[in-house]
Amino acid sequence: MSSNAIIFAIVFLAAMALFAWSSFRRFRLVALGRPEDRFSDLLKRLGGMLVYAFAQRRVLSRPFGLNHFVLFWCFLILFLANTEFLFGGLFPDYVSLSRLPDGAYHTLAFIFDVVSALALLAVVVAFIRRAAFASPHIGGLSRDAVTILSLVAILMIAFFGLHGGKIALGSEPAAYMPVSGFVAGAFFSGASAGSLAGYINFFWWLHAIVLLGFLNYLPYSKHMHILTAVPNCFFRNLSRVKILPREEFKKGNTFGVGQVNEFTWKGLFDSYSCTECGRCSDACPATFTGKPLDPRLVIHDIKMNLLKNGPLIARKKTPVLPLIGDDKEGSIAEEVLWECTTCGACVEVCPVFIEHFPRIIDMRRYLVEMHAKFPEELLTLFDNMEQRSNPWGIAPAERVKWAVDIEVKPFEADKTEYLFFVGCAGAFDARTRRTTVALAQILEASGVSWGILGRDELCCGDSLRRLGNEFVFDNMARENIKLFADRGIKKVITQCPHCYSTLKNDYRQYGAELEVIHHSELIAHLIQEGRLKLDGAGDLGRVVFHDSCYLGRHNMIYEAPRKVITSATGQEPTEMARHHAKSFCCGAGGGRMWMEEPIGKHINVARVEEALEKDPETICVCCPYCMIMFEDGLKDKGVTEKVKVLDLAEVAARALK
Amino acid sequence: MLVVACVKQVPDTTQVEVDPTTGTLKREGVPFIMNPFDIHALEESLRLKDRYGLRAVVVSMGPPSTEVTLRKALALGADEAVLLSDRAFGGADTLATSLVLAEAIRRLDEREEVAVVVCGRQTIDGDTAQVGPGIATRLGYSQLTLVDRIDEVDLRARKVRARRKVGGWHETVEAPLPAMIAVVREINRPRYPTVPRRLMAEEATIALWNNEVMKLDENKIGLKGSATQVRRIFSPERAKGEILGDGLSNPEEAAHLLIGKLIEKDILYL
Repeated sequence: MSSNAIIFAIVFLAAMALFAWSSFRRFRLVALGRPEDRFSDLLKRLGGMLVYAFAQRRVLSRPFGLNHFVLFWCFLILFLANTEFLFGGLFPDYVSLSRLPDGAYHTLAFIFDVVSALALLAVVVAFIRRAAFASPHIGGLSRDAVTILSLVAILMIAFFGLHGGKIALGSEPAAYMPVSGFVAGAFFSGASAGSLAGYINFFWWLHAIVLLGFLNYLPYSKHMHILTAVPNCFFRNLSRVKILPREEFKKGNTFGVGQVNEFTWKGLFDSYSCTECGRCSDACPATFTGKPLDPRLVIHDIKMNLLKNGPLIARKKTPVLPLIGDDKEGSIAEEVLWECTTCGACVEVCPVFIEHFPRIIDMRRYLVEMHAKFPEELLTLFDNMEQRSNPWGIAPAERVKWAVDIEVKPFEADKTEYLFFVGCAGAFDARTRRTTVALAQILEASGVSWGILGRDELCCGDSLRRLGNEFVFDNMARENIKLFADRGIKKVITQCPHCYSTLKNDYRQYGAELEVIHHSELIAHLIQEGRLKLDGAGDLGRVVFHDSCYLGRHNMIYEAPRKVITSATGQEPTEMARHHAKSFCCGAGGGRMWMEEPIGKHINVARVEEALEKDPETICVCCPYCMIMFEDGLKDKGVTEKVKVLDLAEVAARALK
Repeated sequence: MLVVACVKQVPDTTQVEVDPTTGTLKREGVPFIMNPFDIHALEESLRLKDRYGLRAVVVSMGPPSTEVTLRKALALGADEAVLLSDRAFGGADTLATSLVLAEAIRRLDEREEVAVVVCGRQTIDGDTAQVGPGIATRLGYSQLTLVDRIDEVDLRARKVRARRKVGGWHETVEAPLPAMIAVVREINRPRYPTVPRRLMAEEATIALWNNEVMKLDENKIGLKGSATQVRRIFSPERAKGEILGDGLSNPEEAAHLLIGKLIEKDILYL
C-alpha cells in the first residue's frame, strides 16, 4: 500500500488545494459586499441554527423534506467515516477504525454501514421524486441534480463494494456490517483472494476519486449550499419584519443597489446558499399568476452576476453584466422588480432564511433614487405623497369627511389615551370610510379614550418605502414622528396593517417608541376584558378569513382577528386553502396598489377564486388594500350579489349589543 | 446658448378655502407649489437642453420663499436658477411682471445668448395667460402660444418649428429664434428628481436679483407699474340648491323628476 499511499497523498493534496482555491475564489467575492452586522445575539443564532439547519424544521414542513433530512444527517455521520477513509488512505498504518477498542469499532462500523444504505435509499427516492413528482419550479432532473445524485450514489456503492470485498476477504468482520455483509455474500462469494484484492483496490480508488471530485464539484454548483446553508441559518435576520436600513442622504453617497457589490455581504452570501428548491417560487403571488418575477431567479441572478462581475470589481475594473436591466442570466429585468408585492411569502418558506424581497427593494431604491426610473403610474403617486401626504392627492382638509355623521374628538395630550390613526384609505376611500366609522363605533361602545389628528394627519409612507422612494419616505417619517412627539402621542390605533407595521417597525429606526395596536388586536382585547359585548349571532353566513401579509407574516397577528370573528358570529371563520403564515397576498402590497398589472392573471382574482372555493357569504379582511382588492376581484367574478367583503371592524360593529 | 424657463410659485388652489364670513380666500396654511403648467414648461426646457445641448436657466419672480420652487427646478435638472425678488416688484399685474421677467432675460442674454424662452400656458392663481406673450412682446421674440409639441429647434438656421393646439385642430408653425414658447400641459410628462440632484439642489446657490441689480424704473414695476388693480376677491354666489325626490330608494322616480326639471329649464327638449 505504500506506493498507493504516496500516489493518494499527491491526489489528496491536489484535490484539497483545488478545493481550497475554488472556495477562496468564491467566498472572497462575498467580502466585496457592504458591511452588515449579523453577529448579534449569538446564542439565539446558535439556537436557530440547531433548529433550522440541523433539525431542518422548515425543510421538514414539506412532504419530501424528510428525505432531505435523512440525507443531511447521513452526510453528517458519514463525514466521520469519510475523514477516517481519507486519513486512512494517507496514513494506512496509523489511522483505521479497527484500531479503536472493539466496542467502538463495531458500533461505528454498524452505524456507517446502515447510514450508507439509508443515504443510497434517499438518493433513489430523490431520483424518483425529481423524475415523477417535481414541482414546476424545481427543474426536475436537471444536469446539476443528476450529477450530484449520481456522485452520491456511486460513493455509497463504492463504500459497499469496498467493505463487501474486505468482508469476503476476511479482513473485516461481517457481523457488524449487515449491508456490506450482504454485498459480500451476494457478489464476492467464491472470488479468489487475488481478485478480491483487485476489487477492494478498485472500489477504494473509486470511493476516493468520487469523494474528492464531489468536494471539488460543490463550489461550482447549486450544491454549494452544503457549505453555506448552515452558516446562512446562523447569520439569518433575527427580526421578523424585514426592513431595510435607513439611508444617509449626504452628497456624494449612492442610493440603493445598482451593482452587485452594493448588496451587503449577507445579501451575497444568501445567493450562495440557494439550492433552487423552488419553495419561494411556489409561494410567490407573482410567479403563481404567471408573471416574470420568480424570487428564486432573482437570487440566482444575483449569484451569477457576482460570479461574473465580482472578479472584475475585485480588480477595480468595470463590471460587464448589468445587475438590473438585461434579460439574460445574471441580470434582473426592471419590470420584474416592480412585480413584487413584498408579501414576504418567499422569505417565510425559505429553509435557509434567504431574504428575497428586501433585495428587490434594494434595487427599487436604486432605480427610483439614482435614476428616477419607475412605472409611469407611480409619478402621480410620488407627487401626491410629497405634496399632499396621501396617495390620491386629495386635499388634506377632506381627511375628516368620514366623520360627518358622528362625533369625533381631536387627540389631546394627557387627556386622550389613544390616537386613532385613521390612515389615508380610512379617510379618503369611500368604502374604507365605512370601516373607519365602524371602528369609531366600537371604540365608543367600549369606552376607549380616543381622538384623531384630523386634517393634520399625514400618510405613514408605507408604499413609498416599499417602492424604494426612501428619500421622500424619510422626510415623511421624520415629519410624522415630530408630529407625534409635539402632540404627546404615545399609543396609536390603526386599522391598516401597512400603517401599523410602518409606525411600529419602520419608525423604530428613527427612535420612535410608539405603542401601536392594530384594530384586530384591540377589539380582541376589548372583548376579552369584557368591555366590548358582541351578540355572537351574526347574519353573515359562512365567513372566510383572509390573512393580510403585513398583519400576519410580517407581524405575526393571526389569532386576534379569528377570535373576534368567533365572538361576533358565534362560529369560527372558515380557512382558505392557504392561510396563516402561508396566506396568499391580495396583490396590493409593496406599492402594487398604485400600479397596473399588465402581465398574467390578476393576483386579487386568484385569491378571490381561492376564497370562493369555500363557498362563503362573507369574506372578512383586516386591511383597506385587501378590501379594495377583494371587492374588485368579486366584481371580476360577477358574484358581488352573493358574496360581500367586510372589514373585521364592520363584522364586530354589526354584532354590537 | 440658453433655454430659459419661467416658473411661478402659486398657492395650491385645490387646497384654498373660502372664508365663509368674509368671502375671501384663506391663504394661511395653504401650501405653495410650482404652478402646474410651469412644471411642463420647465420639463420642456430640460428636454431642449438634453436635445440640443443648451444650458437651462430657470427664472422666477416672487417673494424669497420662491427659493423652494427654484430648488425643485434645479433638482429636476436646471443648470442655474435666478430669483427676482424685491419689495418693489410686489403687487405686480401681468404688465409689470412681464417687464421684470423680460429684463431679467435680457440680462441673461447679454451674458450668453438666449435661444428659447419656455413659459407655461397660464398660472392656476391668475389664469390670465398674458405673461408669456408679454415677455415675447417686450423682447421682440417670436411668440408661439398653446404649443403641444416642439418639432425642431434649428440653432444654425435660427428657427423653431412647433405644433400649436388651437381650438379643435393643430397647426404647425415655424418662427425665427429667439422665440418665446408657451406650452400646454399635454406637451410632456414631467420627470422625477433623482436623489443626488435633490441633494445638489439643496446646497446650490440661487442668484438673487433685486432691483439694485435690475435697476428698473420703480414706476414701471410692482403695484405702481401695474395697469390693473385687484379690487375685491370673492367666490361667485351660487343659488341655493334643493334636494328633490329620493334617488337612493327610488332611482326611477328620481330620474323622471330630473328629466322633468331639465325640460322645465329648457336644457332638454322633447
